[in-house]
Amino acid sequence: MFYREVGQFKSTYAADMAIFPIRQDRIGIAVMLGLAVIAIPLVANDFVLASIMIPGLVFTLAAIGLNILTGYAGQISLGTGAFMGVGAYAAFKMASAFPQVNVIVWILASGVFSAGVGVVFGLPSLRIKGLYLAVTTLAAQFFLDWCFVRVGWLTDYSSSGAIEAARRSLFGIAITGPEATPLARYFVVLGLVVLLTFVASNLVHGRIGRTWMMVRDMDIAAELMGVRLLPAKLLAFAVSSYFAGVAGAMMVFFWLGAAEPSAFGISLSFQVLFMVIIGGLGSMIGSYFGAAFIWALPVLIKFTPNLFGIEIQSATVEHANSMIVGALIIFFLIVEPHGLAKLWAVTKQKLRVWPFPW
Amino acid sequence: MFGRSALALSVASVIASAVSTVTPAAAQESVYVPLLTYRTGAYAGSGIPIADGMHDYLEMLNQRDGGVGGVKIVYEECETGYTAQKGVECYEATKGKGALMYNPWSTGITLQLIPKAGVDKIPVLSMAYGLTAAADGKTFPWVFNPPMTYWDGASVAMKYIASKVGGLDKLKGKKIGLIYLDAPFGKEPLPLLELLAKENGFELAKYPVPGDKMQDQSSQWLNIQSDSPDWMIMWGWGAMNPTAVKEAVKVGYPMDKFIGVWWSGSDDDARAGGAGAKGYLTLNFNGTGAGFPAIADIKKHVVDKGLSTLKDASRLGENNYNKGVYNSMLIAEAIRTAQKKTGKKVVDAQDVRAGLESLDIDAARIKEMGLEGFMTPVKVTCDDHSGSNAAYVQQWDGAKWVKVSDWMDPMKDKVRPLLVADAAAYAAKNAPWPARTEACGGR
Repeated sequence: MFYREVGQFKSTYAADMAIFPIRQDRIGIAVMLGLAVIAIPLVANDFVLASIMIPGLVFTLAAIGLNILTGYAGQISLGTGAFMGVGAYAAFKMASAFPQVNVIVWILASGVFSAGVGVVFGLPSLRIKGLYLAVTTLAAQFFLDWCFVRVGWLTDYSSSGAIEAARRSLFGIAITGPEATPLARYFVVLGLVVLLTFVASNLVHGRIGRTWMMVRDMDIAAELMGVRLLPAKLLAFAVSSYFAGVAGAMMVFFWLGAAEPSAFGISLSFQVLFMVIIGGLGSMIGSYFGAAFIWALPVLIKFTPNLFGIEIQSATVEHANSMIVGALIIFFLIVEPHGLAKLWAVTKQKLRVWPFPW
Repeated sequence: MFGRSALALSVASVIASAVSTVTPAAAQESVYVPLLTYRTGAYAGSGIPIADGMHDYLEMLNQRDGGVGGVKIVYEECETGYTAQKGVECYEATKGKGALMYNPWSTGITLQLIPKAGVDKIPVLSMAYGLTAAADGKTFPWVFNPPMTYWDGASVAMKYIASKVGGLDKLKGKKIGLIYLDAPFGKEPLPLLELLAKENGFELAKYPVPGDKMQDQSSQWLNIQSDSPDWMIMWGWGAMNPTAVKEAVKVGYPMDKFIGVWWSGSDDDARAGGAGAKGYLTLNFNGTGAGFPAIADIKKHVVDKGLSTLKDASRLGENNYNKGVYNSMLIAEAIRTAQKKTGKKVVDAQDVRAGLESLDIDAARIKEMGLEGFMTPVKVTCDDHSGSNAAYVQQWDGAKWVKVSDWMDPMKDKVRPLLVADAAAYAAKNAPWPARTEACGGR
């Protein structure tokens, strides 16, 4: 009823293969973008922008990266945090070495370095599968963590061992560093995330994405049908690490402002992995849902009692937070093991046939 | 931007008109201080007593004196879990409420707030932690780390060792071990200790403990056992401390030659070693125990009234609790100094920065506050935001801490040049680092 594509005829192959073949979806995306570009900046205050929207978008990008690897290509990775770190340190090194080049260029380029590192640590994936692969990516996590702490060159021999976002601007407006307003940073992050989502979406809907999915579903069959496993898997590692690296660079430059090595620890890897699992493996929209659920929900819970003037000890809220989010994770996984994206798909189907569910 | 502020204005005016009819009667003059604390996570063991101490001292001032200078201190805890992510979140959530200063209680969060402090014009008070170079007030007008920096602390530890072996020159050929948390915090004392090792000809053996392996230090202590350094220094925090004390007892290292930094001296850290921990030494800059009039006031006005966050009243006066008290004392004194300087009752963050910069807590004031013997005078100047104040060494007697040395001044002549050079390096790396525009002790 609400969501029917009856009467929408496709007269070209291009239209049939479009990312959003249904008109309602296209309208929906336009409305969402409109909200993000116009409504949120108008309504949201600095706290919402800086603590919910920016980190949410950064995590979305990281989740998209991991989703490509785990959701589309079927390779479990626990090294996302470290790959994000590689991107962050690469962006820091390049932004300080070449201050005349725009920082956005370096943020996009930083992913290339993490892609290279990701390929190296993806090599075992040809021989090792499933949970065993997760263990080898764990090695990447620990090795890179060790590098961030020990290799002084990465931080320009800073005595504090931390990296700081340099002060850079775009068209005369500060976009990184302490002077950058949350609004300016939000627009840059939004632009980059939307752009990269578009790229990722095209990748997974095309030939490359299909080979990944073949590898995921049954790699022997894929091999027999002419998919070369090593390049396909390594490409998945490279693309996934690229997204993670850019997300890591954005995390330091647009969100935290400075980071010490522990920011890229194993807990960050798990945070992103949970987003992918809760959001839905193998789904772009799921990455957005997952990031919103795992990042934004706890922040909202944390600061809601305050808004209503209810005085609760912050530690109590924190404990309650863990319990509520944990319970919700279990609830969602029982109701819909395929994640929030599947839940959304089911809702869509229901809306489509309503009010005649047969 | 214009549309946004216009909208915000109209919304605000609607709310204001609705609220204004209710509030005037309830309006009481107050100042707001957010407390970034951690009562959850891996460092909660250290964080809880500190949070209790900070909370209880401010509450005591509110109960006993009605705040500072007749203005109530409104404080609010925000849980950081010692993570940078949540620290920034807490900062963003509270800075709009008129926060007078931030006490990050984490080196990582401090590093994030340092560049923001000058832009948002809210001072950062990192009491004896954070970036050592921040003591250079010319480069970091908005950051304060009294009463002393890590390098001051490391030099006091070396002074104590020297006093035991009969002078710095007697250290030649000796081996001094440093076991430290392999993170920015733990690596802080390295430059100074390396300098002293070179100058005095002793060997510095380093034993880093990775952050995720804090509770498993057997390999480090096996090495220590085979190297058998003459003295051991520890730079640890959280779960690393009790583990190190336990391991030291296990390998039979002489505890009276094992000196921890002031953050390795919580009562629980020493208790973990059992009877064998007797003799363990740590640096300290505050008194321990509840035998001070101010702590007695906390008991009377806060704990006995059930207003304390302390779960077990017997822990009143433990070392980390008293560090929280010390921190809140600095907050209150900074506000008081700011009030005195400006003549205003309700000061803002810029006034408090001036107050911190003019902080001069002398013996008379210490007595007045009921903290005689708890601390030595603290003086902060425009150039020196730390003050390199004195510290002492305390020893665990199996049940409590006992002061075993006099208050010792740090080797300022060694620390200061190193610190100024490091501050310049920080500014160069973060170019364009804004030049100081704030007047000395002013806005």
